[in-house]
Amino acid sequence: MDTHSIVQELIALLGQESVLTKKEDLICYSFDGTASLKCMPLAVVFPTTTQEVSVTIQLASKHQVGISTRGSGTGLSGGSVPAENSIVIATGRMNRILEYDQENLTLLVEPGLVTNRISETVEADGLFYPPDPSSMKVSTIGGNVANNSGGLRGLKYGVTRDYIMGLEVVLANGEIAWLGSKCVKDVAGYSLKDLFIGSEGTLGIITKVLLKLIPKPEARKTLLALYDSMDDAAATVSKIISSKIIPCTLEFIDQYTLQCVEDFAQIGLPTDCGAVLLMETDGFPAQVESETEQMKSIALEMRAREVRIAATKEEGVALATARRSAFAAVARIRPTTILEDVTVPRDKLVEMTQFVRETAARHNVRIANYGHFGDGNLHPTILADERDEEEMKRVHHAMDDLITKTIELKGTITGEHGIGLAKKKYLKEQFQDHSYELLKLVKRSFDPNNLLNPGKIFDA
Amino acid sequence: MPEDAPSLRLQSLDYSVLQQCMHCGMCLPTCPTYDTTGIETNSPRGRISLMRTIADGELELSKTFSDEMYYCLGCLACTSACPAGVDYAHMFEAARADIEDHQLLDTSERRFWRSLSVKFIFMRPKWLRFIGSSMRFYQQSGLQNLLRKIGFMKLLPKNLQELEPMTPTIQDAFTDEIVAEFESPASTKPTYKVGMLSGCVQDIAFSDVNRDTVDVLLANNCEVITPRNQGCCGSLHSHNGEIELAKDLARKAIDSFDLDKLDAIISNAGGCGSHLRHYGRLLSDDPQYAKRAHQWDSKVKDIHEWLMSIDLRELGPLATPAEITYHPSCHLYHGQKVMKQPSQLLASIPNVTLKVLKEADWCCGSAGVYNITQPEQAKLLQDRKVDNIKATGCKIVATSNPGCHLQIQNGLGSDYCVRHPISILAEAYRNT
Ligand SMILES: Cc1cc2nc3c(=O)[nH]c(=O)nc-3n(C[C@H](O)[C@H](O)[C@H](O)COP(=O)(O)OP(=O)(O)OC[C@H]3O[C@@H](n4cnc5c(N)ncnc54)[C@H](O)[C@@H]3O)c2cc1C
Ligand code: SF4
Ligand code: SF4
Repeated sequence: MDTHSIVQELIALLGQESVLTKKEDLICYSFDGTASLKCMPLAVVFPTTTQEVSVTIQLASKHQVGISTRGSGTGLSGGSVPAENSIVIATGRMNRILEYDQENLTLLVEPGLVTNRISETVEADGLFYPPDPSSMKVSTIGGNVANNSGGLRGLKYGVTRDYIMGLEVVLANGEIAWLGSKCVKDVAGYSLKDLFIGSEGTLGIITKVLLKLIPKPEARKTLLALYDSMDDAAATVSKIISSKIIPCTLEFIDQYTLQCVEDFAQIGLPTDCGAVLLMETDGFPAQVESETEQMKSIALEMRAREVRIAATKEEGVALATARRSAFAAVARIRPTTILEDVTVPRDKLVEMTQFVRETAARHNVRIANYGHFGDGNLHPTILADERDEEEMKRVHHAMDDLITKTIELKGTITGEHGIGLAKKKYLKEQFQDHSYELLKLVKRSFDPNNLLNPGKIFDA
Repeated sequence: MPEDAPSLRLQSLDYSVLQQCMHCGMCLPTCPTYDTTGIETNSPRGRISLMRTIADGELELSKTFSDEMYYCLGCLACTSACPAGVDYAHMFEAARADIEDHQLLDTSERRFWRSLSVKFIFMRPKWLRFIGSSMRFYQQSGLQNLLRKIGFMKLLPKNLQELEPMTPTIQDAFTDEIVAEFESPASTKPTYKVGMLSGCVQDIAFSDVNRDTVDVLLANNCEVITPRNQGCCGSLHSHNGEIELAKDLARKAIDSFDLDKLDAIISNAGGCGSHLRHYGRLLSDDPQYAKRAHQWDSKVKDIHEWLMSIDLRELGPLATPAEITYHPSCHLYHGQKVMKQPSQLLASIPNVTLKVLKEADWCCGSAGVYNITQPEQAKLLQDRKVDNIKATGCKIVATSNPGCHLQIQNGLGSDYCVRHPISILAEAYRNT
């Protein structure tokens, strides 16, 4: 492969200021938010239009080099870690809002737009874009679509997929396709846009996203319940759900996580509790009031030590923000944080959280546990030091056990972070029948030469 | 790289410091250089990965890397944003020291100005004051206006031309002339005994702030000791890769105070305080000083922090009611994590309305000597700060670092007044 001429052609197509090739730059694009994974690309390019994305793909196809697309590189499964000798398409300069349609409640944006810019744009008009991954101040909407990201409000409002009405994608041969429409109902042909949601950059490159907006709930209340034991917190969640209350948020953090989060955020969380539940309800004021009371009494009934209700909107935001810092804050304990994303049916939550504790003891590893209790999505995070080989062996055994148990409980190995590289070896365990072949069949028909994010999800 | 090049500080750094970054990216939106370019290399996460790759021996200390580390403002906004508790300042100083040790950015012009400023003038308090006096003469005699008129400044290199209007107006009197070595509250027996750091730029350009600091301390029942002929604290040196010089200055500073007898050592300049609190680390390998340096660290207090930790005496009103906005200096806010106290103090003056400044914790572009070394990025940040200040409608901006003070005053022009919060407080105490 002639790296030099590929680079020269890229520069000729996109201009010098849109192509990075220095070793120092390539190092900075060799990883994402995932621990211990890195690989240097041969170049990083910053297209500004769909057309530029298309010509870049054509060039890659001509030279048979891979393309890895990158939003902000906050992914937690290695999705935007470049494949060897590939070109990174960084979407950061395609970050415009193209059309804000308040009649049809849609927003058309480019993929590099940072997620929370969406809320900033529409909330003043009483509109709402619910998906709120903890990384929303950093992540891009393109990355959210490609990973079908969830967030703290998933329980009531669903995930990114539920707000995608249309996508423009560039295919592996450089052709451009528009999928979907502004119509609330649309059954023309296969729902191709849905194939691209959660495709982790392996089927095409998303260049435009048409988002659905909804009216913003009038009121919101945040509660914090403190427990001596994790099992009581889990029991509270089951009871709330079986009482037919669907709050917008039901998040939990365990004691390790709590200590780290408080260390960082310093908002006066009591660090001696065994677990904390963060609950949020939104909607009409009367409904919010009544749900708040109901959730409070259920928590107390389930032996919560104390239930606090945020006095102001700011206090509520501060609590949610503290929860959002959990993943990075636990790195305060040990340098390497290996994050799981296992998800189980909600009636299995107590069993799964107990299993996480037993696994930690069995393999003598430290596991901090937190996550989206309300939708069964746990983030047990193994805390280790990647330079300690013996410890890392134990860590891998613990991971294997967590995955096996999840599949046994009819759960999924990833609720929101995607397979990428990190979970690749476990995918076949979950897709045991012909479904695994079907995945590959889809990939081969969209990208026969395996140029788009090669090596991610599975080996095509 | 020179043959007898010393070993790399980045490589001898405790590995846990380098390893602490788990590349989550939560710091990206707070970094002014990443905000400008959108390129990872210009971000905290990128810079940390480069430093780690160098420590791992997989990348050479290169010119590109060096330029990058001098493009970084050292504003430390990334450390406030980082949930993992990454000690960016520590790595950053080691990297800049490596760059200087290996002379990677060496040009004769750069060498001349660095040795004149960082290595010579800021090492010698008497010279600093002598230059201050000459500049006082230059400004007061009308020579400055004359030279400006005849365009003399156009003959200087571009960087220096841009700097010239930025040079502070030198005070009529330096600290030692207006603050006595020992001052005690007039009426009562003092509750606390504190030492005061007079600073270097602060001393010649803002000696009135030092006077005000002493007045506010006296009003709050503190006896104040201000040793004569103090030097620079060394922050400029350590941020610019001159660690050995910084150590000398730290030893001198420690020697000038009797630590056992003082409740606190007060600093009123954000940038200095942030460095002053880390003498323990700086001198950890100096057997003679290590222990005292730790004691020193525990006694250094920012003036706002100190005042909020003691029983604050009630404040009077200002001569005229005022709307004020507050710009926190990066090294006070992100470096020392003194985040709320200055606003709390200002808000307790009866006729002051404190207005919220948008992007308050965003760097103003002063960043030590950054406005000389990276004028373009510095100007971008200065404009952004000025726009945000103007949007508050306030004519008075409070800020507690000489660098920010000059940068913001220059950006705003003479219709606006930049004041140290403590000077505003001093005025309020004079009216009780
Ligand atoms: C602190 C922290 C908290 C997080 N919290 C959550 C959370 O609450 N919920 C959650 O779901 N995730 C969470 N994540 C994971 C991550 O932020 C999401 O997966 C996010 O969507 C990634 O966005 P990104 O722009 O960083 O994408 P990247 O990491 O750059 O890329 C992610 C994947 O998308 C592909 N991709 C990116 N842009 C495009 C495009 N335009 N076209 C095609 N493919 C593309 C990439 O190739 C890659 O496979 C968190 C991560 C961090 C670091
Ligand atoms: S410095 Fe902190 S916030 Fe930034 S990427 Fe590293 S761990 Fe995350
Ligand atoms: S110190 Fe400031 S400029 Fe440097 S990396 Fe951190 S946030 Fe960016």
